[in-house]
Amino acid sequence: MSNITRSMSGLALAGAVAAAVGAAALPGTGQAQETAKEKCFGVALKGQNDCAAGPGTTCQGTSRVDYQGNSWKYVAKGTCMTMELPGGRHGSLMALKRDLPKA
Amino acid sequence: MSPLADLQHGFVRALLDPDEPPPPGLAAGAAPGAERRFAVYRNNVAVGLVNALRAAYPAVERIVGEAFFAAAARAYSGTHFPARPVLIDYGEAFPEFLETFPPARRHRYLADVARLERARLAAYHAADRPPLPPARLAEVAPDALAGLVLVLHPSARVLRSRFPVLTVWSMNAGILDPAPVDFGRAEDVLVFRPDWEVEVRLLSPGAAVFVEALGRGCRLGEAAARAGGEPGFDLGAVLADCLSAGLFCDLNLGEEEEDR
Repeated sequence: MSNITRSMSGLALAGAVAAAVGAAALPGTGQAQETAKEKCFGVALKGQNDCAAGPGTTCQGTSRVDYQGNSWKYVAKGTCMTMELPGGRHGSLMALKRDLPKA
Repeated sequence: MSPLADLQHGFVRALLDPDEPPPPGLAAGAAPGAERRFAVYRNNVAVGLVNALRAAYPAVERIVGEAFFAAAARAYSGTHFPARPVLIDYGEAFPEFLETFPPARRHRYLADVARLERARLAAYHAADRPPLPPARLAEVAPDALAGLVLVLHPSARVLRSRFPVLTVWSMNAGILDPAPVDFGRAEDVLVFRPDWEVEVRLLSPGAAVFVEALGRGCRLGEAAARAGGEPGFDLGAVLADCLSAGLFCDLNLGEEEEDR
């Protein structure tokens, strides 16, 4: 190990790690709040549905109408069913038959 | 070579090269004849490859337009054939191709936008790993920190660009509204998928050096020392960001653990 490496092994490194752990543990910045997500059908604007799976798959940004019933978006867990959308629509945890694009 | 393998090789050769005659031995029932039918099949393969590139590089297509993209994609797919049966992997060398494609010379940032799109795709399909709880880092003894190995999430990719690649991509992915861009500004980008969705983040000065070093398996002390040479690098802030984002999935003390 080089000298410069050894010089980082002292107080500076310990201080930075302590500060980082402290900051990461603050409410709102930790990952715990972000992990809970659910697939919510019928809430995405057209072309804004989630999934970036790429060629050979059939899902990325492919919804052709707003609030398309069979396309989904990840939302915070527990918010999908209660989400209020224009025209009295609600989100659903399963694919819906409303707002399907005309074939 | 067996007759079947011979036949298959001849078939593939004719499929990928429009100047080749159709493979011998093709039988067609009613008109049109085998030659016309084979041409349809050949065209479907070509269109399929172009569409695969279109699905993998939507922001590039948006920047250059459909006609330009289709021409570039046809030029690429005429010389680059799928190496594996997984279509998601097709087009891995498209960024490098764009760099040398003469009509794209005016858009020097284009290759990096393509690299960012490829990194997002790779991150999407990378393995799942739960993030390292920050408390586990807090438990490490201060004198063991320098020798610590922090394991990056399998989806993590760093892209260092001399162009504002994240800004340009964001404006062409419907995330930012298009606005004048200073093409002289360099941007370092982190792509990873802590959970279910791929995230892209702008890295602060030196953070790319730090994360890249950790990705190569450098110990924390060495990675910090390398990044410390970059002006503006703030180890505490970068570590906090990495931890709260879920960029690390494990830690180990390497060989130094055995010395104690």
